[in-house]
Amino acid sequence: MYVYDEFDRTFIAERAEQFRDQVARRLSGELTEDEFKPLRLMNGVYLQLHAYMLRVAIPYGTLSSTQLRKIAEVGRVYDKGYGHFTTRQNIQFNWIKLSDMPDVLESLAEAGLHAIQTSGNCIRNITTDQWAGVAPDEIEDPRFWAEVLRQWSSLHPEFTFLPRKFKIAIAATPHDRAAIKVHDIGLRLVRNDAGEVGFEVLVGGGLGRSPFLGKFLRDFVPREHLISYLEAILRTYNAHGRRDNIYKARIKILVHEIGVEKLKADVEKEWERIRDGYLKLDDAFLADIRSRFVYPEYEPLEDAPEELKRALAADARFATWHANSVARHREPGYGIVTVSLKPIGKPPGDATSGQLDALADLADTYSAGEIRVGHEQNLALPHVRQKDLYALWRKLDAAGLATPNVNLISDMITCPGLDYCSLANARSIPIATAIAERFADLDKARSVGRLHVNISGCINACGHHHVGHIGILGVEKNDREFYQITLGGKADEDARFGDLLGPAIPYDEVTDTIERIVNRYLDLRQSESELFIDTVKRLGVEPFKEALHAVH
Amino acid sequence: MAHPHQQKLRINGPVVITANRLADGVVIHRTGEGRWSESLDDAQVVRAADEALAALKAAQADGLIAVGPYVAPVEAAASARPGNLREKIRSDGPTFPLPSDAPAAYLPKEAGKVAA
Amino acid sequence: MPYIKKGEVADDPYVRLGGDEPVPTDVPAIVSLEWLLAQAPQSLDSRNVPLGVALPNDKAESLLEPYLPRLSLVALDFPIYRDGRAFTQARRLREAYGFTGEIRASGDVLRDQFLFMVRSGFDAFEVRKDHDAKAFAKALREFSGFYQPSLARDGGFRFRFSPPFSTASKEGESDG
Repeated sequence: MYVYDEFDRTFIAERAEQFRDQVARRLSGELTEDEFKPLRLMNGVYLQLHAYMLRVAIPYGTLSSTQLRKIAEVGRVYDKGYGHFTTRQNIQFNWIKLSDMPDVLESLAEAGLHAIQTSGNCIRNITTDQWAGVAPDEIEDPRFWAEVLRQWSSLHPEFTFLPRKFKIAIAATPHDRAAIKVHDIGLRLVRNDAGEVGFEVLVGGGLGRSPFLGKFLRDFVPREHLISYLEAILRTYNAHGRRDNIYKARIKILVHEIGVEKLKADVEKEWERIRDGYLKLDDAFLADIRSRFVYPEYEPLEDAPEELKRALAADARFATWHANSVARHREPGYGIVTVSLKPIGKPPGDATSGQLDALADLADTYSAGEIRVGHEQNLALPHVRQKDLYALWRKLDAAGLATPNVNLISDMITCPGLDYCSLANARSIPIATAIAERFADLDKARSVGRLHVNISGCINACGHHHVGHIGILGVEKNDREFYQITLGGKADEDARFGDLLGPAIPYDEVTDTIERIVNRYLDLRQSESELFIDTVKRLGVEPFKEALHAVH
Repeated sequence: MAHPHQQKLRINGPVVITANRLADGVVIHRTGEGRWSESLDDAQVVRAADEALAALKAAQADGLIAVGPYVAPVEAAASARPGNLREKIRSDGPTFPLPSDAPAAYLPKEAGKVAA
Repeated sequence: MPYIKKGEVADDPYVRLGGDEPVPTDVPAIVSLEWLLAQAPQSLDSRNVPLGVALPNDKAESLLEPYLPRLSLVALDFPIYRDGRAFTQARRLREAYGFTGEIRASGDVLRDQFLFMVRSGFDAFEVRKDHDAKAFAKALREFSGFYQPSLARDGGFRFRFSPPFSTASKEGESDG
């Protein structure tokens, strides 16, 4: 956990107070909607189909139990008793009144929570691995660097009116759980030959209308120069990114149009000028930030304790969940528990205030009071003693939070879609729940194995459809919902975009088609260990095309 | 069309002027008297493009009440009904039950299909 | 349109010229970039009253480099307030070129940009609305501190560290 000091707390409170004034000026008519919109967006407030939506940041995906209870309270008092976790370590409330927004932000600020730069054409909430600090193979805790970047980017004087939004993600392990290749800047912590820690920098990744994978900009930026290097990139982008067309304004288009070599030359020139100036990070600054990350005092424990072994042998449902939802921790005797927010038949990524309160209590008892949020729209308890796993599971199960479907077909990434979103062309959530219900028999889903289905309700790709093993994109034709299907995408270190299977299909045919695609895979796979994504990689989409056509 | 900014004033049938209320975001519709109502029944239904454009312009002057007014299709029968899925969702809410802490909402069975 | 200088509404001493007007030699003037670039830098040395230039936000501030010692003002433009290119121009004029004259914000200049502008190096403002101009001082007091370093030391801002990213450096040190 990062412990906010007086400066941080004052900053967040003053930002909430500033927004209170902005809302008052809007409600009094001093600000027009055109003037107010960029102001509300850079504080996470959207106007959706039915109501205002507030997107609250969960910096680097880490929450304390106190913060989670605060989120539950806001949901209960100001919303309809639930919230929606997004793919970028945020939580969204769908039903908050603009006139209540200042009180909500003041209340959140009491727990060190805020909505700063969760939208708008600015540097967004910095995201990273939800297993940061506990993954066995990381270079160092990437949250530490995400916090450095949070400080650098918060109300940055120069980079708050960029051509378009700007997303940065950090990975610290060989396996990328932060989707850094589809961010405007992807940072990977690396060690050079001398053993020094620094960053590999990718630029120009992103999904949306024109998807691009990030391109290598630099193989090693020494850590003390991280801020000056990013500042050089952002300055180049602010000056040269396109502003004539909203769909061509992301840095990925600049990279595409001028080429990464030209961008690199411009960035290096600016960096050379500023790298040894006042943005150079010194050891005392880094030590100060590091010192405010508090880790639990781990007990000396051994892996696979007797209590766990007995429970696994005695309770098959527990054993199933354990195999699915518990990952290796860097400390022996501990585990990382993924809490699925994909119960069958429910909107993916949603959690009720009651569930969040229950989870906060469980975090206090079993996980040093800490909760994590990942980009797959699930939560995690990062510090669970293996001997406590059985007791934890029984309580999660009672709260509806133990669906053992992590990484299975029903663990879908899904945007809110036309049921909430004013940009959407088609619904996403009912497609997701229908597919999940079709595969509600988790024995069947397990026999299918790891399979990521990502669903977006429009081309903006909030549901990351391009990088789903199966991607589903909602489009609209003559006021009817249709869906394009892609196969073979992935978001990790081997990121690639899926290939289009064929013409879009109507709403009513999506679930049957997905089932036929899965059945086709079961016929085509060479062995039970060949994953869906590997079969698609081996054979391409061609043999799956027949699944588009129902046999009548 | 799904996106209000893309709307030109070509109308193929009855329409209303709709928006969201500034203070709370609630869906509202413009009435024949130039006021706003949460009920589509109260909305002024217009059938000619120039009438719709005039009503839209008048609505745009109501910036302290209504945000983002636009022309939305309706099915006009005895009382107006939303004319497409987007407007139906704006009128009736999401097309699935909202998450709830009501006791029956979550079943602790891994394969449990949850009753709507 | 109210003009703010040194934090207060003031009379603007400059006349702003379009493209073709003759440039007066007896009053301070803001000329177009086109006009300026047509002059040899040395030819401006004989001018006895202040000269400023309006730099469009799609032109590089490096174009001004040979003229900067002879310029007392650069006016930067916000064609719409969401278009933030002039923030980078101002910052580079101050930090890369060490320009110490007036950097004026013009165009769609609204209250909620004041803080960002001051911290980026602007010190004069053509404000679109009267009541925004009146709220200038209040707008600058909305935060007691910022995370990032800034060269706008006269803003009186407190920083997370001073300069913020380095506890070791002392006040007054900078790479200018």
